[in-house]
Amino acid sequence: MTPADTLRFATRAATGYPLRTALMVLAMSIGVAAVVVLTALGDGARRYVVNEFSALGSNLVIVLPGRTATGGLGLGNIITSTPRDLTVRDAEALLRAPLVTRMAPLSVGNSEIAWGGRLREAMVVGTSGDYVDIRAFRMAEGSFLPREDLGRASAVAVLGTKLRAEIFGNEPAIGRIVRVGDRRLRVIGVLDKTGQGLGMNTDELVFVPVATAQAMFNTNNLFRIIVEARSREAIGPAKQQLEDIMRLRREGELDVTLITQDAVLGTFDRILGALTMAVAGIAAISLAVAGILVMNVMLVAVTQRTAEIGLLKALGATGRNIRLAFLTEAALLSLAGALAGFALGHLGAWALRLAFPVLPAWPPDWAVFAGIGTALATGILFGVMPARRAARLDPVQALSRR
Amino acid sequence: MAQIELSGIERVFKLGDSEVHALHELSVSIERGEYVAVMGPSGSGKSTLLNLLGLLDRPNAGTYHLEGRDVTTLSPDEQAEVRRTRIGFVFQSFHLVPRLTAAENIALPLMLAGIAPAERHARVAQALKDFGLETRASHRPDELSGGQRQRVAIARATIMRPAVILADEPTGNLDRSTGQDVTHLLEELNASGVTLIVVTHDPVMGGRARRRLLMEDGRLLQDVREPAPA
Ligand SMILES: Nc1ncnc2c1ncn2[C@@H]1O[C@H](COP(=O)(O)OP(=O)(O)OP(=O)(O)O)[C@@H](O)[C@H]1O
Ligand SMILES: [Mg+2]
Repeated sequence: MTPADTLRFATRAATGYPLRTALMVLAMSIGVAAVVVLTALGDGARRYVVNEFSALGSNLVIVLPGRTATGGLGLGNIITSTPRDLTVRDAEALLRAPLVTRMAPLSVGNSEIAWGGRLREAMVVGTSGDYVDIRAFRMAEGSFLPREDLGRASAVAVLGTKLRAEIFGNEPAIGRIVRVGDRRLRVIGVLDKTGQGLGMNTDELVFVPVATAQAMFNTNNLFRIIVEARSREAIGPAKQQLEDIMRLRREGELDVTLITQDAVLGTFDRILGALTMAVAGIAAISLAVAGILVMNVMLVAVTQRTAEIGLLKALGATGRNIRLAFLTEAALLSLAGALAGFALGHLGAWALRLAFPVLPAWPPDWAVFAGIGTALATGILFGVMPARRAARLDPVQALSRR
Repeated sequence: MAQIELSGIERVFKLGDSEVHALHELSVSIERGEYVAVMGPSGSGKSTLLNLLGLLDRPNAGTYHLEGRDVTTLSPDEQAEVRRTRIGFVFQSFHLVPRLTAAENIALPLMLAGIAPAERHARVAQALKDFGLETRASHRPDELSGGQRQRVAIARATIMRPAVILADEPTGNLDRSTGQDVTHLLEELNASGVTLIVVTHDPVMGGRARRRLLMEDGRLLQDVREPAPA
């Protein structure tokens, strides 16, 4: 019996019982579709978070006041007891680290911005001229904050693009004087559209010199300091140098936390990666269940077709012929199920992307291969037993069955 | 040496504690081209004998030589090959594959033998013509009459040009006249040189055979030869 004939014979057998075949394919396809959709969801979430963090810029070390025992992103990093303020002087000192290229202090507060009778709540970010480069922002109009002594409270402001549109509409903004809180500031630049980043929408922010912000909010301390290392490899050593500087300034005690982007990203990447795997594992169980279903259906098929198997033996079929025919049938059923599930899964992922446009819900390649592979493997594996049973049937007894 | 030589065949079925001697001390030889009717009461071992001759079953003792070869010692795959190339089966209940058309059923042995589709087509077309089934080629078994089904089965049994045709009550499920048609068909095949061994309860059909084996309780009771009709 040639392989082509075996395939044709198995196809005829599969299509000869359409209801049975349809149910099998459905069960198998649901399993594969579950793998595809769930991993698309998990991996989409992972990629979403990674993208968000990547938008921060590269090679960054973030210094925040307070000390937590562990690095990475724990709850402790967010709620910290603040023993000593982080000041502009600290920030300037950090620039002395040899592996550090740029630094930007951040002082943040809520205020309001007003111009020409229009008034809006806005978050004010006090920083330095280097911030625009560290974050790799582009200017739409004018220029960013001047590079000057951090102690100077120049009366200038840079607006996010959305804020600019809301305050000025179509009118020119550069050179206009706006009121921010109790200060009058001259608009010197507007940022290009930047999109989301860590929950703060940069397009809705007002940037002012750090001294201006501190005066406005009547404070000396900084929200955090962002430091840029020379290269990706320099992040580790740079972090060490920064810690040494801070210790020196605090009489040997380190009361700040340094977060590297890598650590944060790594944590999220691991958590969400593990989540995706777990979800894929659960979905794979449904595939195993489908495999058991294949076995049962094929066992029923062997019983139903006992007389046919006896006949084939009488006509000179070898055990191998019969085993292959039934195995091929099982493989065909699971292949059809896998392909249908693949299509169904992509449909589901597409629906997800439609429902949540921010989520890049694409199933990862490994999951698609693993899903289809598992479907085929289980189908064939669970097809072996029925196929062997068919091949072993005693032809005389098989023939005596009608 | 005769085409078929059985000597000292024993076939014992164990049912719990009791043993059934379906065949006992059976020795018989059949020449090429003979027309043999196997007759006897129900349970006398006729089907068991036919299954042994067709290599679907093995004896517990005794030897079976087919065309000079001891076939009881062959491996299962070698036996399958002998069945495929030397033996054609015809059954009382036709045993057609229900989802396949008449033509596809006839082509089954060719497919199992791995014969190329082009030659397969030609041989099936010829067989359909020989057995008057041209117009039924693409019909499924449930769209055929009993007589047509048995003709498909006989076409299938002969498509590999076997040396022996084994028929177990081939007319048992047919009415009188279609039964006669089928009998004639088988006799024509025999006339062309194929050995024909038929199990039958029908004395008329048995009477037409030139040799009758009468069985009882697994033994050969009588071996009646008639001189070839003048
Ligand atoms: N698989 C089996 N297991 C046990 N006993 C069997 C088996 N096959 C046949 N027998 C017994 O062997 C004996 C011969 O059976 P066989 O089928 O050859 O009879 P038969 O002559 O063909 O009868 P019938 O005319 O009714 O078809 C019977 O007593 C039967 O019960
Ligand atoms: Mg019988």
